[in-house]
Amino acid sequence: MSRLIVGPFNRVEGDLEVTLDVADGAVRAAHVNAPMYRGFEQILHGKLAHDALVFVPRICGICSVSQSVAGARALADLAGVRPPPNGQHAINLMLATENLADHLTHFYAFFMPDFCRPVYADRPWHGEARRRYLPEHGVQTRQALAARQRAFTLLGTLGGKWPHTQSIEPGGSTRAIDAAERVRLRAKLREWRAFLEQQLFADTLERVSGLDSLAGLWRWHAAQPEAGDLRFFLTLARDTGLAGLGLGPGRCLSYGTYPQPDGTLALPAGVWQQQPGGAQVLALQPEAISEDASRSWLESGPAGAEGAAVALHPWSGLTRPAPDKADAYTWNKAPRWAGQVVETGALARQLVAGQPLVCEAVALHGCSVLTRVLARALELAQVLPLMERWLQAIQPGEAFCVPAPLPDAGRGMGLTEAARGSLGHWVVVQQGRIANYQIVAPTSWNFAPRDAAGVPGALEQALVGAPVRAGEDTPVAVQHVVRSFDPCMVCTVH
Amino acid sequence: MNLLWLQAGGCGGCSMSLLCADTPDWHGQLRAADIELLWHPSLSLASGAEVLELLQRCADGRQPLDALCIEGALLRGPHGTGRFHVLAGTGVPMIDWVRRLAARARHVLAVGSCAAWGGVTAAGENPTDACGLQYEDERPGGLLGAEFRSASGLPVINIAGCPTHPNWVLDTLAALAADSLAAADLDALARPRFYADQLVHHGCTRNEYYEFKASAVKPSDLGCLMEHMGCKGTQVHADCNIRLWNGEGSCTRGGYACIACTEPGFQEPGHAFAQTPKVAGIPIGLPTDMPKAWFIALAALSKSATPKRVRDNAEADHLLQKPALRRTRLK
Repeated sequence: MSRLIVGPFNRVEGDLEVTLDVADGAVRAAHVNAPMYRGFEQILHGKLAHDALVFVPRICGICSVSQSVAGARALADLAGVRPPPNGQHAINLMLATENLADHLTHFYAFFMPDFCRPVYADRPWHGEARRRYLPEHGVQTRQALAARQRAFTLLGTLGGKWPHTQSIEPGGSTRAIDAAERVRLRAKLREWRAFLEQQLFADTLERVSGLDSLAGLWRWHAAQPEAGDLRFFLTLARDTGLAGLGLGPGRCLSYGTYPQPDGTLALPAGVWQQQPGGAQVLALQPEAISEDASRSWLESGPAGAEGAAVALHPWSGLTRPAPDKADAYTWNKAPRWAGQVVETGALARQLVAGQPLVCEAVALHGCSVLTRVLARALELAQVLPLMERWLQAIQPGEAFCVPAPLPDAGRGMGLTEAARGSLGHWVVVQQGRIANYQIVAPTSWNFAPRDAAGVPGALEQALVGAPVRAGEDTPVAVQHVVRSFDPCMVCTVH
Repeated sequence: MNLLWLQAGGCGGCSMSLLCADTPDWHGQLRAADIELLWHPSLSLASGAEVLELLQRCADGRQPLDALCIEGALLRGPHGTGRFHVLAGTGVPMIDWVRRLAARARHVLAVGSCAAWGGVTAAGENPTDACGLQYEDERPGGLLGAEFRSASGLPVINIAGCPTHPNWVLDTLAALAADSLAAADLDALARPRFYADQLVHHGCTRNEYYEFKASAVKPSDLGCLMEHMGCKGTQVHADCNIRLWNGEGSCTRGGYACIACTEPGFQEPGHAFAQTPKVAGIPIGLPTDMPKAWFIALAALSKSATPKRVRDNAEADHLLQKPALRRTRLK
């Protein structure tokens, strides 16, 4: 058995170090370390409740709208208000812009460049991968960055600027959209659709989101294997064995997202889990969430009946650094649902929603690198048409924001879905000030350390079995697995 | 000019903002400005051991380093050890890496308000003992000390903002690459003057409301945000309403107050961000370059002359009253 310490990881947002125990050419155990701590939960303590909306987007510069939405929703829960339909649509449009742009950035700028590495020089597709995705020269990467920049101009209008948009309030959006702006935003969505249909899919969004079986997917691929970047990815995935690489815990969480005026969610909430006889989706129970800090450089909760520190629900969560704690190896806590390890992200959203292709692919391969990337691509095809509908549903002249006076005491929970998974904020207010603010970010779930029982987190489990080639000090398979989760470490180490 | 970009204690938002620069070819614009990216954590192929080798060579002086960009605050805690942020794979605190690399760099740039002053990362009780490269809020010092000068003779260049505007960064880098940014081009806080010599107020679309002191009273109102909603645009150095964000945006255009994110210490204003602090009903933070008494007199006068159209629209989220159509030609 030998030990490898891999870092700095790049093309993830923030800092990450992974310690691998390697034997017989494969990873036997992994320890995931988030080596930076910023302390937002401490920073927020004692602040005026509404001021949280200035701080929380600044937890993360890649999913700052998601943080805003979670924060505003927690304050809305505290105040007992709901944004009017126009406000909901505007916020959904902002959140979807960020989520989809994240998927685009992830695919082109973070994930695909790994196929340009010299380790793949003997593969027949290597030259084409370099032509498309080499970071500074790849033709597709450069086009994708341009498309991303254009996509974020939606937020120039809808939210003033991105990141660190502050137009999202508990009562709605501070930026009303007029009829002429609605038309211009529609043109921008059409432009984005054109990029996806011409470059990523080489097909219509409706055809792609309608793919409903593995056989259908591979038929779609075989018809034009070089056309579009998703088909090209499938070619690479088949050749490099990504279907069976990076198997998660087999349990996936989604808070659901994009609330509609009729009270439903455009993407549903739930917990999907693999069972011997097939998968099932359980109802989401936010009260079943807890965070275990036994292996984190943070103070643990009070001792339970058996002497071990108990994992705490975010309402009573603690965030106090304990940098000298023995046996700790990361700043990340270990969130658990009903005491169990879960994975979160686009794959979880698609499984909970019952997307037939994703369900079949996971039934055959498990939650793996291939299915994670595929679920993101399908979400791009699925959500952009929803954005077109929400934009059309905006009624210029009607309210975008309603008053939301905050009570001096109480508590509120704000749940949403960021690109990379379930994001929750829990706020407790006393005398108008924040008495406790707890944040559980998507990467906190996926990159969690071991808990009190020694059970590894989702990525720690997914890395076991990853091949390590002779002489590799930064194994490429490990990089594929890590990046398949699209980690956002700065969120994790809030 | 080559460029090394590292992320310290921040949110990565300045990098993400940078990718929103208004260009159809992001990498092409760097090349056009003669800038070569040695490494950037979000944008480069190199990972792990390859990066450590590069950093080591820069720190030893074997690899010449023209521009060192640091994004995020420098985390000195706990107890001065820097262990709140250890550079992954090295076991060495980021503050030590930054000190070593800054000593070799021709130019050192603080990208964003965290790297410049400490910023939001230093808010509240500042749990990580965060500071900027050469400032701690408005006090010179920071990680590198007030006396620090990079090999070019310049202090740390503070491209402050939360996040910073992509073109503030790119214009600064392009000017350095062209050898056309000198000490005189920096303001008293070492911010590039091309954006810091403006005020956020300049070009604000709410200026008619400002003129008549027709003020917003709640989020999403169209009126001026200064009197009640906490806006500091008349005092804050930045060209956000001239050089727009993400196509056509700015904070005030988005319906929320300028919170002075380019200024040191903005994270702890001493009042609610979205409420204007007042004494006897008069805002404390009036424009700095006119006598207060004059401002108050003029405000009272202009309030009494406010057209009904402007007054009504100020407290609505869309135009209730349109400018009147004249039957005769304008005179």
